[in-house]
Amino acid sequence: MALNVTDLRVYYRTLRGEVKALDGVTFSVADGEIMGLAGESGSGKSTLAKSLIRLDGRMRHVGGTVELDGKTMPLSDDTGMDRFRFREVSLIPQYSMSALNPTRKIGKMVGELLESRGERPERAELERRLELVGLSKDVLDRYPIELSGGMKQRVVMVVSTLLNPSLLIADEITSALDVSSQKAVATTLLGFRDRGLVTSMMVVTHDISLVYQIADTIMVMYAGRLAEKAPADVLVTAPRHPYTKQLISALPEVGVRYEDRRLTGIPGNPPSLLKPPGGCRFRDRCPLAFEQCAEQPPFAEVAPGHFVACWKAE
Amino acid sequence: MRNEALHFALRNRKLVVGTVVIAVFLVAGLAGPLMFDHGPNDYVGPAMAPPSGEFWFGTTTFGQDVFAQFVYGLRATFLVGVLGGVLAAAVGMVVGFVAGYRGGWVDELLNMLTNIVLVLPALVVLLIINAYLGVRSIGVQALFIGLTSWPWAARAIRAQTFSLRSRDFVDLARLSGVRTPKIILREIAPNMSSYLFLTFILLFGSAILVAASLDFIGLGPTQGVSLGLMLNNAARWSALQLGLWWWFIPPGAGITAIVGALYVMNVGLDEVFNPKLREM
Amino acid sequence: MRRYFGRKLLIYGLTFFVAVTINWMIPRFMPGDPVQSMLSRANVAQPAAVEAMRAHYTAMFGLDLPLWQQYLNFWGSLLKGDLGISIWLFPTPVSDVIVRAVPYTLGLLIPSILLSWFAGNRFGAFAARRKWLDNSVLPIGYVLTATPYMWLAILLAWALGIVAGIFPVAGAYGFDLQASWSWTFLGSLAQHWFLPFASLFLVAFGGWAIGMRNMIIYELEADYVNYLRALGAPTRLVRRYAFRNAILPQVTGLALQLGVLVAGALVTEIVFSYPGLGHLILQAIQNQDFFLLQGTFLFIVIGVLIANFIIDVAYVLVDPRTRTGMGGAA
Repeated sequence: MALNVTDLRVYYRTLRGEVKALDGVTFSVADGEIMGLAGESGSGKSTLAKSLIRLDGRMRHVGGTVELDGKTMPLSDDTGMDRFRFREVSLIPQYSMSALNPTRKIGKMVGELLESRGERPERAELERRLELVGLSKDVLDRYPIELSGGMKQRVVMVVSTLLNPSLLIADEITSALDVSSQKAVATTLLGFRDRGLVTSMMVVTHDISLVYQIADTIMVMYAGRLAEKAPADVLVTAPRHPYTKQLISALPEVGVRYEDRRLTGIPGNPPSLLKPPGGCRFRDRCPLAFEQCAEQPPFAEVAPGHFVACWKAE
Repeated sequence: MRNEALHFALRNRKLVVGTVVIAVFLVAGLAGPLMFDHGPNDYVGPAMAPPSGEFWFGTTTFGQDVFAQFVYGLRATFLVGVLGGVLAAAVGMVVGFVAGYRGGWVDELLNMLTNIVLVLPALVVLLIINAYLGVRSIGVQALFIGLTSWPWAARAIRAQTFSLRSRDFVDLARLSGVRTPKIILREIAPNMSSYLFLTFILLFGSAILVAASLDFIGLGPTQGVSLGLMLNNAARWSALQLGLWWWFIPPGAGITAIVGALYVMNVGLDEVFNPKLREM
Repeated sequence: MRRYFGRKLLIYGLTFFVAVTINWMIPRFMPGDPVQSMLSRANVAQPAAVEAMRAHYTAMFGLDLPLWQQYLNFWGSLLKGDLGISIWLFPTPVSDVIVRAVPYTLGLLIPSILLSWFAGNRFGAFAARRKWLDNSVLPIGYVLTATPYMWLAILLAWALGIVAGIFPVAGAYGFDLQASWSWTFLGSLAQHWFLPFASLFLVAFGGWAIGMRNMIIYELEADYVNYLRALGAPTRLVRRYAFRNAILPQVTGLALQLGVLVAGALVTEIVFSYPGLGHLILQAIQNQDFFLLQGTFLFIVIGVLIANFIIDVAYVLVDPRTRTGMGGAA
C-alpha cells in the first residue's frame, strides 16, 4: 500500500472560526495507482493535496493519520516533513509557470536544490529526463523567462520527479492549458508512472473528462468529505452517489473547458464548512434525500474497489 | 469583508500606534496655539531660558517661546504635508490613470514626462524656484512640492490601472458605452482605493520632509513659523554652540515623530488590506 | 540592449534639456528683477566690480534680444562651459567655484550611499520574518528613515561634537591647516568627514533596511518559494533566493532615491559648514548669487543623470531578465 489516509481532518483558521475544509477522510492509494481527485472548488480536494506535502500558515492538522509506504507522516511538523518531501512525496503545483526562481538559470537552480537536500546532481540523468518530456538539454542554461509556459511546466514536472517519489501530487496542472497541451501533459504523467519514475499519483482536477483518460481510479469529494471512489470507467459509466451522477451527467463532450459550464445541472450550493450541518452534506441538494440522511453515511465498499458514502448506494 | 478589515485594523499595533501619534500632534497643533495670547515669534520671556513651568520648551536667544513656536509650527507642517500630499496624489492619479488606461502613445508620452520629473532631483529644482520667489508662503511651497513629487505615485498607479484595465467589469463598462473618465472613477479607482490611500500617506510624509529641508536651507515661508524654520533659526543663531538643546530638539523630534508615524501607519494599513502580510 | 539604453539616454537627454530650460526660464519669468538685486548686492560689497558685472549680465542675459535668441545664446555659453561669474567670490567663474566644491560632496555621498545600501539590504533581509528582530529593530529603522537629515546631523554635531568633544563640527579640515598630502592633514580631513558621513549613512540605512525587509516578506510568499518549500528546500536556500530577487527592486530604488540622498547631503553639509555643494547653495542664497545657484543646480542634475545611467548598467548586470529580454535570445 503506497498511501493510507485515515480519518484525516484539516481545518482552516479564520476570523469567524474554523472552516472544516477536510473533515474526516479515509482512503488509500495502491502502488502504481493513478488516482484522479475531483470535486468543485471548496470540496476540500486542494486542501487534501496540500496537507499531504505542506500545510500553509492557516491550516491546522486536527486529527487523523497519513501513512506513506508504512511510515507515518508528521503533517504539522514542517521540518519533520522535509524528510518526506521531494524524496517520498512530491508536487507539481498549479502555478508551474511561476514556480521557478526567475533569477537563476534552470540547471543551476536544480543543482542547488539537489545539493541543499544532500543529493548529488547528476547532469546526465537530468538531461535524460528532460529528453523524456521533449526538452533539449539547452534549457538548463536558460532563465525561466526564456521558456514558454508549456516548457516551464515540463521542466517543473521533471524537477518534481527527479528523486523518484512514491507519491506524486499533480495539483490542477492542466487548468491553464489549451486542449492539446492538456492531452500532452496527461500523456507525460502516464509515462512517468509506466517508466517507474513515480510509484503512485494523485491527480487533482475539476475536469473529470480529462482525468478519466489517465486515471486508474477516480475519487470524488464533496464539502470536505469523500463521496465516491471507484475504478475510473466504473465511476464514469456507473456512478452510485447521486452527486457523482449529477456531475457525470453534466459532463460535456471531452475537451470542453470546465469553467464554461460550472455544474449548472445541480441546483443549490454546497453548505458552509464553518458550521456544517450534521449528516450527509449533500442532502439539501439531493433528489433522493430521506430521513436517514440526517445521519452521516459511511464510506462503504459496495463492490470491490468501489466506495460510496450514500445510504441509497446499494 | 469590511468588518474583517476593521477587526484587523483595531488589532494592528503599527496602525494603532501610528494613528495615535498623528492624532496627538494634530490636536497639539490645533489646540496648542489657543493657549497663547502672544504670537509664536513675539519676544515674551528672558533670553536663552531652559525649559520651565512657564516656558515648557524654554526660550530662544531672543526670548521667544519655543513651545509656542512648536505648536504653531505643527500647523504649518501638517498644512504643507496635506496640501503637498493631496496635490501630488491628484497629479499622480490623473497621470497614472490616464497613462495606464489609455495606453498607446498617450502612455508613452506621459511615461516620458513621468520619467523626466522622476530623475530631476526635486529638492534642487525647488531650491531654484524658491530662491527667486521674493515672498514665499506655505501654499506656494506646497504647490511646488506637489508639482515635483508625484512621479513615483503616477508610476505605481499606472501599473495598477494597467492590470485592472482588462478585467471583466471594466470590459463590461466599456462595452456598455460608459465614457472613459467615468470608467476610471467608477470602476478602476474604487478597486484600488486602499492602494491610493497608502500612496497619499507616503506623499504626505515626504512633503513634510521636503518642506523641512527647504525651510532649513532658508527658503521657507517668509512669514510665520514652521518646524523646519525653527531648525533653521536654531542653526543660524548658534543654538548648538550655545548649548540651547531645547531649541533644536523639539522641532526635529516633531517632524521625525509625525513622518515616522505616517510610515508605520502605512505598513499597518498595508497589513490590514493585504491578508498575506498579516502575522498569524 | 541597444533599445533599452537608447531609451534611457533619450530620457536623460530630455531631462537635461528640461533642466537647462528651467534654469533659463526661472530668472526671466519669476516676479522681481534678479539682475538688479544681484547688482545692488554687489554694489555694497564690491563697488569696483559693478561695471564689469553689468557688461557681463548684458551679454549673458541679453535681455534686449528676442526670447528665442536669448535662449540660443544661453545654450551657446553653457556649451562653452560658461556658467557666469560668482558674486559671492567675485570674480571667480562659477564653474571654478563648483569644481572646487564637488570633491567634498562626492566624498560624502558616494561612501554613504554605497555603504548604507549594502549594509541596509543585508540587515533588512536578515531581520525579515525573524520575530524579535522584526519587532525591536524595525521601529528604529522607521524612526531613522523618518528623521530629517539635518536634524540627525545637528544631534550628532551637538552630542559627539560639542558635548562630548570627540569630533569637530565645522569645515572639512582644521582652520590652521593648509591642504596637502601630509598625515596631519589627512587625519584632520577624516575627522571632519566622519560626522556628516555618519548622519547621512544612518538615515539612508534605515530606509534600505525597511525596504529590503518588506521586499523579502513579499518574496517569501512568491510561488517559487512555495515550490522550493514543497520540495523540502532548507530555509537557507530559500532566503538566499529571496534575497537575490528582492535586491532587484532595491537597485531601482537606489535610482529613485538619488534625489533625496543628494538633498540630504546638501542640508548635512550646511549643518557642518562642510565646503561642498550644499554649502555653496547656502552661500548663493544668502548672497543672492543666482549664477552660482543655477550653476550648482545644473551640476547636480548632470551628476544625478550620470549616476542614474550607472545604475541602469548595474541593473542590466544583476537582472538576467533585462538581458535576455533585450538580447532577443530565442
